[in-house]
Amino acid sequence: MVQFPRYFTIWQKLGLSGVKLTAWLVLLFLMAPILVIIPLSFNAEPYFTFTEGMLAFEPEAYSLKWYQEILADDKWLLAIKNSFYIGIMATIIATVLGTTAAIGLTRADMPFQRMIMALLLSPMIVPVIITAAGMFFFYSQLDIAGSYIGVILAHAALGTPFVVITVNAALAGFDYSLVRASLGMGAKPVYTFFKVIMPLIRPGVISGALFAFVTSFDEVIVVLFLAGPEQRTIPRQMFSGLREEINPTILAVATLLVILSGLLLFTMEYLRARSEKMRSATV
Amino acid sequence: MSNPELTPDEIKQADHNRRRSKLLATLFVIPLLLFIFVTFVAPIGTMLYRSFYHPTVYELIPNTLDALDDWSEDGGELPPNPTLNTFAVELKSLFEERLSGKLAEEINRALPGSSSLIKSTARQVSRADTAELEISGAALLFDTNSKWQQIELWQAIKKAGSVFTADYYLTALDLERDPSGEIVQRGTQIYLDLYWKSLKIAFYITLLTALIGFPLAWYLANAPTRVANTLMIFVLLPFWTSLLVRTTSWIALLQTNGVVNSTLQSLHIISEPLEMMYTQFATVIAMTHILLPFMILPLYSVMKGIDPSYFRAALSLGAKPIPAFIRIYLPMTVPGFSAGALLVFIISIGYYITPALVGGTEGQMISNLIAFHMQSSNNWELAAALGSLLLLLITLLYWLYDRLVGISNLKLG
Repeated sequence: MVQFPRYFTIWQKLGLSGVKLTAWLVLLFLMAPILVIIPLSFNAEPYFTFTEGMLAFEPEAYSLKWYQEILADDKWLLAIKNSFYIGIMATIIATVLGTTAAIGLTRADMPFQRMIMALLLSPMIVPVIITAAGMFFFYSQLDIAGSYIGVILAHAALGTPFVVITVNAALAGFDYSLVRASLGMGAKPVYTFFKVIMPLIRPGVISGALFAFVTSFDEVIVVLFLAGPEQRTIPRQMFSGLREEINPTILAVATLLVILSGLLLFTMEYLRARSEKMRSATV
Repeated sequence: MSNPELTPDEIKQADHNRRRSKLLATLFVIPLLLFIFVTFVAPIGTMLYRSFYHPTVYELIPNTLDALDDWSEDGGELPPNPTLNTFAVELKSLFEERLSGKLAEEINRALPGSSSLIKSTARQVSRADTAELEISGAALLFDTNSKWQQIELWQAIKKAGSVFTADYYLTALDLERDPSGEIVQRGTQIYLDLYWKSLKIAFYITLLTALIGFPLAWYLANAPTRVANTLMIFVLLPFWTSLLVRTTSWIALLQTNGVVNSTLQSLHIISEPLEMMYTQFATVIAMTHILLPFMILPLYSVMKGIDPSYFRAALSLGAKPIPAFIRIYLPMTVPGFSAGALLVFIISIGYYITPALVGGTEGQMISNLIAFHMQSSNNWELAAALGSLLLLLITLLYWLYDRLVGISNLKLG
């Protein structure tokens, strides 16, 4: 709690309490919509709202049937498989390319640094609807629309900016004399990369990879435009579910995704704490 | 560099080393540059090209259009009979390949109302012999419908058949050419209104996120570290949660029989459910929720760095709290504000998913129309032109962001 200084007047105290109250209300606004779907996903009725029985906490008003429905539905199972497959492949491509590029970009003698940076980050800024339309035109010409390769390449492109940003930040305090020392003592460049550079920037690389994965895992528009029925992902399946036949299976999937994002958040915070520790240790 | 202590050889060596490290840095960047070029830049380029390039009609009736090249549309005369015969032959083969409907749709865009004429004529000529059409196709056309003797129709066919055209940009800006070729405003404004509406919605969202983000960011920045770190989870969890999940939540909340309505009804605040789904209100509130972390995070990191003693100094020198807040504290938060606001504005102006699911027709934004022309009306060229204009707008904002905030300062989480 914020302690008020003793010289504050009653009005100042009231004002500050008002700000504090507003802050808590905003936190409620942020969290409530996400929390509300969790109990709803255990609804025994096919509704998107609380039934009277649920409000009275009657056990028979709750059920796990929407979760069983996910497991019984081939479409959802395919979507889950696709989401992970496409996400992981796209993340690998984005992380490898993004990390190498960030290493080159942070060198002071990189020509046209600012321009290249703006270009590399543009997939993040251009609205995905535009990117997806362009990819549809171009990938159809290459004959990779409606294939896994097309979606994976597209998602990798959308994920690279995040890797470039996070690795760039991890390299901000990097001391290049360590590389010179390693090379000077006869280590091969590849060995130096994995044994000297990589351990120091690993938190940045991993958080970039997580960002890239989430970008792919959460992406709908490119999938809508580029993927065939074979490549449907979880968000794509949710999108058509919300448009066509709304039923609580979507809420069950949503609940599972909230748990997944909680895990991701936990990992990210852990990584950030580690990279902060590492930075204070090296400087 | 003319350092007297270095020999020419050493200078040469230093230059060589600098060039080498420059080359090495470039070599690291090149793979990603190439990748982005193929997977991202080339698609965008293709889209820009498609907004001018329209080969569909030419691919359907190439011979007719080649023949029409020699015909002057301002001459006040119909195209010569051999040209009309060629058209009849091509129309017959299109009908047989079930492509005449596509032609009708394309010509209809240039001359509204001609769709049924072309479809019925295609059916008529398909009954005739190709050899016969080669000689007397023109007469058969005139027999089928006297409209084929109107010059406007042939002008429309020639116009629809031009492979490169800026007409889609005119349509995207609600302009058209009148018969004399002058550019005039269209009777109904669709797209400009929609751009304007998208800008307005984006502006509301930016304003709302700023208004409700500010107190929270301030509280987080001034609370004890342990409290702040715990509460930060409540900001970051929504940030990491799938966009579709958050949109689903808002559908569950705002529906006619949704959580908000049933709560208000059981509390007897309202007797009839409020219609909140499929409105602009739904788009604005759901997107405010989704984009709020993008405002809070930069504001928080700027506020965290503001030394509280400035504000205290102002107070102890006799300033009233509110003027001191406005003149001392607020100006110091401007970098966070501008970063957050531009980010929220840029993201919301091109948003597609949430308006498509909760906005109805009233809450649609420009992206929804681009998707409509891509997927439902198959007017890809118009979609490309609308997209190119949106891209131009975003590029301007991006440039502004880079100028004000610096794109390299962009931080995540």
